[in-house]
Amino acid sequence: MSELRFDDVTVRYGTGRRATTAVDGVSLVVPPGEIVGLVGESGSGKSTLARAAVGLVPVHGGRVLLDGEPVAGRRRAAGPSPVQLVFQDPASSLDPRMTVGESVAEAVPRERGTSRRSAAVRAEVERLLTLVHLDPDRAGARPGQLSGGQRQRVAIARALAARPRVVVADEITSALDVSIQGAVLNLVRELQRDLGLSILFISHDLAVVRYVAGQVAVLHRGRVVEQGETAQVLGDPRHDYTRSLLAAVPRPPAGSLTTSTIDSTRTTRRTT
Amino acid sequence: MPARLPAPTRRPASARLPAILRTPLGVTGAALLALVLVTAVLAPLLWGDAAEAVDTAAMLQGPSADHWAGTDNLGRDLLFRTLVATRLSVALALAATALAVTVGLLLGTASLLLGPRAGRLVTAGVNIAVAFPGLLLALSFAVIFGVGQVGSVLAIGLSGAPAFARLCQTLVAGVATRDYLAAARLAGVGRLRILLRHVLPDVGGPLVVNVTIGAGGALLSFAGLSFLGLGVQAPAYDWGRLMQDGLDRIYLDPLAALLPGFAVVVAGLAFNLTGEAVARTFSIDSISGVSLLAGGALRTRRRPDAGGLPGQDATPSADVPLDAGPDLVLDVADLVVTVPTPAGRVRPVRGVTFQVARGEAVGVVGESGSGKTLTALAVARLLEPPTTVTARRLSFQGRDLLTGDHRTLLGTELAMVFQDPASSFNPVRRMGGQLAEGARHHLGLSRRQARDRAVDRLRSVRIGDPDRRAGQYPHEFSGGMRQRAMIGLGLMGSPALIVADEPTTALDVTVQRQVLDLLAEVRERDAVALLLISHDVSVVADVCDRVLVMYAGRVVEDLPAAGLATSARHPYTRALVAAVPHLETDLDRPLAVIPGRPVDPADLAAGCPFAPRCPLADARCRAEDPELVDGVACWRPGEDLPSAVPEEATA
Ligand SMILES: Nc1ncnc2c1ncn2[C@@H]1O[C@H](COP(=O)(O)OP(=O)(O)O)[C@@H](O)[C@H]1O
Ligand code: SF4
Ligand SMILES: [Mg+2]
Repeated sequence: MSELRFDDVTVRYGTGRRATTAVDGVSLVVPPGEIVGLVGESGSGKSTLARAAVGLVPVHGGRVLLDGEPVAGRRRAAGPSPVQLVFQDPASSLDPRMTVGESVAEAVPRERGTSRRSAAVRAEVERLLTLVHLDPDRAGARPGQLSGGQRQRVAIARALAARPRVVVADEITSALDVSIQGAVLNLVRELQRDLGLSILFISHDLAVVRYVAGQVAVLHRGRVVEQGETAQVLGDPRHDYTRSLLAAVPRPPAGSLTTSTIDSTRTTRRTT
Repeated sequence: MPARLPAPTRRPASARLPAILRTPLGVTGAALLALVLVTAVLAPLLWGDAAEAVDTAAMLQGPSADHWAGTDNLGRDLLFRTLVATRLSVALALAATALAVTVGLLLGTASLLLGPRAGRLVTAGVNIAVAFPGLLLALSFAVIFGVGQVGSVLAIGLSGAPAFARLCQTLVAGVATRDYLAAARLAGVGRLRILLRHVLPDVGGPLVVNVTIGAGGALLSFAGLSFLGLGVQAPAYDWGRLMQDGLDRIYLDPLAALLPGFAVVVAGLAFNLTGEAVARTFSIDSISGVSLLAGGALRTRRRPDAGGLPGQDATPSADVPLDAGPDLVLDVADLVVTVPTPAGRVRPVRGVTFQVARGEAVGVVGESGSGKTLTALAVARLLEPPTTVTARRLSFQGRDLLTGDHRTLLGTELAMVFQDPASSFNPVRRMGGQLAEGARHHLGLSRRQARDRAVDRLRSVRIGDPDRRAGQYPHEFSGGMRQRAMIGLGLMGSPALIVADEPTTALDVTVQRQVLDLLAEVRERDAVALLLISHDVSVVADVCDRVLVMYAGRVVEDLPAAGLATSARHPYTRALVAAVPHLETDLDRPLAVIPGRPVDPADLAAGCPFAPRCPLADARCRAEDPELVDGVACWRPGEDLPSAVPEEATA
């Protein structure tokens, strides 16, 4: 279990007069083994923060620390990043030309000299696919042959393949079918519980964040405007912006059939 | 071995090659190219000696029975010499091209290999180099490297490199932003492997085209250099050299110069035509975006009424005459989409029937793979062979789409908005131009008018400062703005129907809101009908008047949007509604999910396709497939679901 800490992080794009500050002095902690939600509208800097966490964009001020050590420094070393990012759209985060097994295998750490096709790697790929409830026989399939939810599971498996200490999940359900979204969210909770993963869970859907994250931070124009226990932030929003986000959540269809329709015990057993 | 071609969105690359041979252009090019290459290989073996045979008795002769094209100053046969020269001419051209491509690739992918900073330097350098005319570069390089074959290969190769570098940079820039590159980097994959494994396959196709055309150009340049005496030196000879030799007596015996010249033209054509033909098969590449505005010929057949397709003798539902009055914008009956797969023909859309009235908003929900997108593409006539579309009826604005050519439909009366605004636009062209392009084609506007209209349309979709924005590139737009621009693109004509396939899926809530509001506004303003495809039940419930629920290639329920939550009768519809988490969802229970997975259209069993996942399924469900009757396709519509799970059992 590891802790991810953003310490007064500032990220700028562009140079000179055209520079824009996408993330502005954000301090945020993902405690070991916990899921922290990050909400905010488009352009509020969520994805920038996610990319900064894994070193895909350079940080202009402040530091991103993994258990007290800078993450960016580690990236110089060969091998997978200890902080892994799962992207929003599995359609673009998986190379359409590679089989899903190959994609996952790319991230499996190997002894020097062992091939990506070695039995050890293959066994690990199988284990990971099973972990995310995919049939290991699908390793030979290409992303185009899988559904969106299956692809996102593959993307999660690839992130887990790197044996990350922290996972940043950037809008991982917003490109998915609602029927699958539920299963992926259940998977996220399960992985956190079973593997003790620390997860920064980014979403624009407050109902989704509420379901997976015990704590939540609200990002607005690159700044954290509110953070705390999810129940408390959603129940008693302090900041106007948080209130407007809450208002944007589509209401559950009135009188929805949630309690009576679906046999959720059976469904869980099938998915776990 | 053909180089790897870029795979189209869903079609295997292998299906492509024969396609080249299906066009007259392709056949001509390929035949010429084969002829040139075979000559290059065989001619020196067959006629090498004959071409060298000195015959002092027959110097500088015109055409004769012995020497069809005459002889040169040593009495050597010019026809044979021209044929034999093919090898050297082609080999040198290919060598120069290979050099140009290699250097171009290295420069063009520098940003990936060396990182962004070094990459920017290289890019700047390439930009300067591209600005010089190629011939000027070649000539100055020729002077630097000296006369002769090696010098010329270097000169022509290096002068061609900047163009390839620029091409690679553009292509790589298109790929470089894809998430899978970032993911590979995070996975610890090295830069070289990323380049070889993830980038090159993607840029390979366009590159092959340009290499082929580039080879034709190199051939001409080489002939030019040799002709000027800078290239091949005697006793070796290529076409340029032969032309130079023949030039002295062009008035006495034109064939001596014209024959090698003709050979240059033929070989150049061979390369160029082949390249063009390959390029054409790429132009219909993606299933989304502007490239489609040019419209593709769709092979739509009227479905044989006698149930030509097995298992598809759906009883015709309420028969509406073709011209069901001016109030129907879209009228679809028994739409079937058939896709050939290695495992046989598959029907992802199996008899979809629905209508859209003027100004009406109809939502289509369902899991991915349920056939929503294919239905939309079929309606917009964007499906290409080998995918086939059949229907008992498919009419738009009272016009029968099953017959005739409706190429200009899209972009004028029908607008299409795709999920991914990023890939809908060409990354290297300005937005204004991209909007204007279709309008110039379809509406016959002048450049100026089209541009003005584009700016106006950008304004109408609430893009601030549209004049300046029109001059920007897609990446300078945010996701929401791109999606609005996409809608603006659809509004370049005056559409009666907007088909929007997951238009907000890639967007954040607040932006999603704006886009939905915009669609609603457009709809109201111009009484445009909307076919909104979404997997998000709440979005559809919000925006639409009526909802079609699709499952396994069929509409399983057709109901008013307001009734989604309360009066849905199909078990699948009810499950979909239940699966959306909301602010009161119980945190201690796993989220409701629909058990199992959607059926693959390839292995559809008998009976109701939802049966394996349905809590109400009984023997009849498993035996007979229910038809859409009275708005629902279910044997047990509206029956109570066994919600027998006691709460405590799930905690
Ligand atoms: N161009 C195509 N070629 C082959 N198969 C396709 C093509 N487009 C979609 N499919 C397949 O057809 C089925 C329906 O897909 P689609 O229309 O995309 O559904 P949806 O819009 O509900 O996601 C899926 O099984 C998909 O794999
Ligand atoms: S027909 Fe039967 S299996 Fe199909 S949805 Fe209705 S009840 Fe369920
Ligand atoms: Mg779709």
